[in-house]
Amino acid sequence: MSADSREEALEALAASRWRVAAVLTVATLVAYLGFILLVAFNKPLMGQQIVPGLSIGILLGALVILTAWGLTGIYIVWANGKYDRALHQLRDGK
Amino acid sequence: MNPTTAAGTQLGQPNSTAIIFFLLFVAITLAITYWAARKTKTTSEFFAAGGGVSAVQNGFALAGDYMSAASFLGIAGLVATSGFDGLIYSVGWLVGWPVVTFLIAEPLRNLGKYTFADVVAYRLKQTPVRLSAAVGTLTVVSFYLIAQMVGAGNLIHLLFGLSYEMAVIIVGAVMILYVLFGGMIATTWVQIVKAVLLLAGASALAGAVLYKFGFNPLALFNAAATQYGPETLAPGKLVASPLEAISLGVALMFGTAGLPHILMRFYTVPDAKAARSSVFYATGLIGYFYLVTFILGFGASVLVGRQAITGVDKGGNMAAPMLAEVVGGTGFLGFISAVAFATILAVVAGLTLSGAAALSHDLWSSVVRKGKAPEHEQLKVARLASLFLGILAVILGVAFKGQNVAFMVGLAFAIAASANFPALLLSMAWKRFTTNGAVASMLTGSISAVMFIFLSPTVQVDLLGNASAPIPLKNPGIITIPLSFAVGILVSLMFPERESADRFAEVKHRMHVGAGKPTPPAPEAPASTAVGTPPTMPSPGKA
Repeated sequence: MSADSREEALEALAASRWRVAAVLTVATLVAYLGFILLVAFNKPLMGQQIVPGLSIGILLGALVILTAWGLTGIYIVWANGKYDRALHQLRDGK
Repeated sequence: MNPTTAAGTQLGQPNSTAIIFFLLFVAITLAITYWAARKTKTTSEFFAAGGGVSAVQNGFALAGDYMSAASFLGIAGLVATSGFDGLIYSVGWLVGWPVVTFLIAEPLRNLGKYTFADVVAYRLKQTPVRLSAAVGTLTVVSFYLIAQMVGAGNLIHLLFGLSYEMAVIIVGAVMILYVLFGGMIATTWVQIVKAVLLLAGASALAGAVLYKFGFNPLALFNAAATQYGPETLAPGKLVASPLEAISLGVALMFGTAGLPHILMRFYTVPDAKAARSSVFYATGLIGYFYLVTFILGFGASVLVGRQAITGVDKGGNMAAPMLAEVVGGTGFLGFISAVAFATILAVVAGLTLSGAAALSHDLWSSVVRKGKAPEHEQLKVARLASLFLGILAVILGVAFKGQNVAFMVGLAFAIAASANFPALLLSMAWKRFTTNGAVASMLTGSISAVMFIFLSPTVQVDLLGNASAPIPLKNPGIITIPLSFAVGILVSLMFPERESADRFAEVKHRMHVGAGKPTPPAPEAPASTAVGTPPTMPSPGKA
């Protein structure tokens, strides 16, 4: 690989990392702020019990925690796979 | 399932199990410190454990750094006394972690050495950037430390019946021993031991509670709803204004990504891949822990009773220990009390070490000595700084006795989110960021966050007793974070810095590819970054 094409490949890789990071950050924000906005604006809905003991609020709260972890998991899978492979190619292909 | 009365608790009595467990914890951690001290001969070992911490170890240590007594006792207490509203905090404290994973962990690992200022200052002028970064770091660390030390004094007073001052001095003295002699290696292991104990203690407690409800959490929640009405499971008064809720939310989210003691941990792993994996483990552990607080909180409100809890401590902080006594007797109460003590110790050690890094690495080595200080001098200054901060923490803890300092943790997060996070992100992602922009952004963030909180109802009404506050928002994040970004961008555009823009390519390369070793382009890549290396590797400093 020539220096120029390596530069371009790095550029593309950097851009794709920021893109994935931005999308996942926004997804986290949406999940969390959505939860908070429901808490603020629709208390009756959040208080509704789906089955005795499980209100929609508690369910969504637990889901936000699980989603947050799930999103980091998605990132890890992407970064350990696709991103690291491209990075190694870039680094080794001198 | 009769709720016990406050009079029936052993809380606050000298409890032999608690003392034995606590002494055991101190003995083990001091033994680790002794072992670590012999391995701590360079600043890299002192501040970054020589980069030899594995991803799993760092995951536990990050969780240990983050799960303070405030989250264990405070959130369990909030859920016990106000039901669902307490859960809003559980969720809020977790969601900062994905942001750390996506935006911060890897670039930080690849660009820096010991502090986040290394990253911000990478292509900018050292002195002004390091000075303003140290202001941000030290303000965050001080407020966080005050909150922890005062919390420690009160808690230990309640749990063990020790005097407040005595408790603060014990916490300070043991923490100084860890940091001063064992540096990051000891601090990391203290965090790991504490995280394991805390997770085990909380799990055992939750298991004992669920046992009484046929291992069905819904039966527990339902019992709480029967006893205190269905509104227990619904949002109450905590989130009165949506703006307030969002403001708190963004401060928690981006504050985590600006906490110096958390950021520092990413330098302890060998490479970016380990940094990335360690946050994944940490997020899982912390998320699990907050889910368990659901059980502990509702369990305490059903099995101990709200009146009994607030009868002992108005803030409800004793809910978890009291629950332990009800389900497991005095012995279990002792164990949980000792875990709470250990938790505080570990958190203050991490905070002190990150403050010491700002003082010695950013201020002394880079600003005063312009990077010319020899290794042995840097290490000496680092130790002096730790000692100084440890003693300062004790003095502050005693000075703020009896003050309501709960708002200081919120303040620390608000400053971290407004002062540290914007400059850190811009320095990694924006080519035209400049020295002036970074300084303006960090100072605007620190000063505006402190000012807004000073003018907020938290200080003006609750603390000073005024009728109203000039600024209605309790948490300033929604204003100060965008403000800090805007100032950083505007000032950078107004005063362009050619050199900084020119060096951005280098930053970008290093941020993704890593520092590499200063060896010639040998075919042999550093072992830790070679293809196919499992994420959790190097085990240099293990006993």
